[in-house]
Amino acid sequence: MAGYLFRRLVQSALILLGVSFITFVLLYVLPADPVRQIAGRSATAQTVENIRQQLGLDQPMLVQYWRYLTGLVQGDMGRSYLQKTEVSTLIAARLPASLLLMAGGIACELLIGLTLGVVAAVFRGRPLDQGLMVVSFVAVSAPQFVVGLLLLYVFAVQLGWFPIGGYGTAAHLVLPAVTLGIMGSGWYSRMMRSSMVEVLRQDYIRTARAKGLTRARILIRHALPNAILPIIAMIGIDIGIFMGGIVVVESVFGWPGIGQLAWQAIQRVDIPVIMGVTMVSAAAIVLGNLLADLITPLIDPRIKLR
Amino acid sequence: MKNLLLTTALLAATALPAVAQQYTPDPNATPGGMITITYKDDVATLDPAIGYDWQNWSMIKSLFDGLMDYVPGTTELRPGLAESYEISEDGTVFTFTLRDGVTFHNGREMTAEDVKYSLDRVTTPETQSPGAGFFASIAGFDAISSGEADTLSGVEVVDPRTIKISLSRPDATFLHVMALNFASIVPQEAVAEHGTDFGKHPVGTGAFKLDEWTIGQRLVFAKNEDYWRDGVPYLDGLTFEVGQEPIVALLRLQQGEVDVPGDGIPPAKFQEVMGDPAQAERVVEGGQLHTGYITLNVGIEPLDKLPVREAINMAINKERITQIINGRAVPATQPLPPTMPGYTEGFEGFAFDIEGAKAKLAEAGLEEGFSTELYVMNTDPNPRIAQAIQQDLKAIGVDVEIRSLAQANVIEAGGAGEAPMIWSGGMAWIADFPDPSNFYGPILGCAGAGEGGWNWSKFCDESIDAMATAADSMTDPSAPERLEMWSDTYMKVMEQAPWVPVFNEQRYTMKSERMGGDDALYVDPVSIPVNYDYVYVTE
Repeated sequence: MAGYLFRRLVQSALILLGVSFITFVLLYVLPADPVRQIAGRSATAQTVENIRQQLGLDQPMLVQYWRYLTGLVQGDMGRSYLQKTEVSTLIAARLPASLLLMAGGIACELLIGLTLGVVAAVFRGRPLDQGLMVVSFVAVSAPQFVVGLLLLYVFAVQLGWFPIGGYGTAAHLVLPAVTLGIMGSGWYSRMMRSSMVEVLRQDYIRTARAKGLTRARILIRHALPNAILPIIAMIGIDIGIFMGGIVVVESVFGWPGIGQLAWQAIQRVDIPVIMGVTMVSAAAIVLGNLLADLITPLIDPRIKLR
Repeated sequence: MKNLLLTTALLAATALPAVAQQYTPDPNATPGGMITITYKDDVATLDPAIGYDWQNWSMIKSLFDGLMDYVPGTTELRPGLAESYEISEDGTVFTFTLRDGVTFHNGREMTAEDVKYSLDRVTTPETQSPGAGFFASIAGFDAISSGEADTLSGVEVVDPRTIKISLSRPDATFLHVMALNFASIVPQEAVAEHGTDFGKHPVGTGAFKLDEWTIGQRLVFAKNEDYWRDGVPYLDGLTFEVGQEPIVALLRLQQGEVDVPGDGIPPAKFQEVMGDPAQAERVVEGGQLHTGYITLNVGIEPLDKLPVREAINMAINKERITQIINGRAVPATQPLPPTMPGYTEGFEGFAFDIEGAKAKLAEAGLEEGFSTELYVMNTDPNPRIAQAIQQDLKAIGVDVEIRSLAQANVIEAGGAGEAPMIWSGGMAWIADFPDPSNFYGPILGCAGAGEGGWNWSKFCDESIDAMATAADSMTDPSAPERLEMWSDTYMKVMEQAPWVPVFNEQRYTMKSERMGGDDALYVDPVSIPVNYDYVYVTE
């Protein structure tokens, strides 16, 4: 186990190194000059040159990358070109909001997805099941921008149950978390349905039924715990998927997370911020996958880590 | 009338107390209240030497002051922290007398030393100010920007209330430059305390001071009780909520949670809002110093031929393009917008004429047409406008390939001179200050035509440059002779047709029912988008 963990950690570090290099190269070859963005439209050639030198952008790419990397391993993510603030400060100010939204999103997708999946499995082959599977298909395909605005309009503007965007209280979290969760709930309901259908066919369920247990008891005590196992491992992978989703959801709801930060930085070629957000997201994804792999053997003893 | 003009001009040339300092504030204004303003993008910085964004421009105006200022809601100069000023006869020495008893938000009195420090700071390369170039006419600018000197030799403290600024050449726009955010006066000790984080801890002399800033969420400004202008600001404070989609901001405005959506009415909702009388009456419309244009690169074949550029000018249906943006613009005939001094009244420009355009192409030997590329920024409505341009040019046999890219990539291609044509939407010129010269130098003059410059046509005509220099060598920026020279300059430019001027965008701001104050304050041509110091609430 310790050996496995060590190997995986080394692997993770290599993956992050690769991500940092590829992102850096992509930003370097991008036909857009960050110095132009900083210098503004009335700048003289002299000003542009001065800024380029001060930021070290006149150096060869590998030198620039090495500087970035040596800073990064010491915890220095650089300064934003445009906000003139430490990138770590900017990310630290926004990361909690993103993590909260992600947690809310995962809770929502599990709650909605698992419930629908169980109901569909119980009524498999009947109109309710077919209806729910159509719903889940729509949920998977619906663009988050549209879903978000729709929820906002109905539940915040028309019904007034929730605040119209913003951040701060639990009420602020509901709509963005549901928006984020709806897409994943489509996947989960389908997975839960097939997993549940599988379990319900097992002999021990038939035995339980033969003993005369109630349907509810069979479902909740005997079928559900076994059907849910393969799904829990998926949550780790979700973190990666959500890193993409939060950019849109944060923008619709005015949620002050790192997705908004990334979007604005990309518009203005603020390379240190783009690098910083990319590295943090990549670390979250790598960590999520690692956790998923570590959890699996705990819930299913047949799987061994080597 | 002529005589009167002459006397004013003479007066201006010698020594003048400031003009236009009388502004009668709204007699109905009542003090008190907080308002909420929203923006989509986060505020990058409130450092006046750095800030150059839509959302922080007027915030900085409310936190800081410069020696010069504008009459609210107009493009007329008035003195700010300077009480009065004198200009030497040759127009190269400006002597400003500062107001007495002006204090920074930290309580210290502002003196001429602060003025000198602030000008040194904005021009020194370490500051990386995007506005440094505006101060190029001050003597000693080249030395400080190349790092040879650490202070501007042309700025001299005469006594604590007098500062003398010498220019290396006459510069008619200098008073406008001193009214730019970049020329705001900052206290040295506050900059020293926070270093490069001064932009997050701004200290100025302005009508409001920063009270709270939660990054990515909210900024709160509180009224400066010791503000040196009597009676203003009216509001107790301002709350800026950032990260708000314009469409969500509009919904919140309709619910009474927001007073001013800073990014305006989203295009998709414009007709709905204007179709509802209750909402439409709360919309304020105003001109803005903006021109949307297509640049025609004079260094790329066949756009290097004048008849071809004229043909393209004649082929564009500007009326139809303004319809794409819900008619929120007026068709343009020339580089300057109609509200800019120096605009040539009565000039019709190139009329929409397909047959005429075809004839021009034939004159250039291109009856068969040709293929070219149009670069455009990839956010709505710009790609749709590019398609309209594509269709218009198809009608005269010109095949246009649209290259829709992120803003930074379009700017890069334009600066490098690689783009045959660029639609300026999303990057278009909004004047930094209300003077005709601001539409020339960087975007049409030789200075901007080099590698990386914003003159994307790469148009450079030495004789027109000379006319521009002559106009800017006069002392009084609003002298009729000078404005006439600028008008002639732009007419000469139009003869060479390096641009297709397409439209001048109108600005539409929406406000909540309780907002009071002159409509002009909500479409202020200088304090963009809203002049926060003079608006008030009625309840």
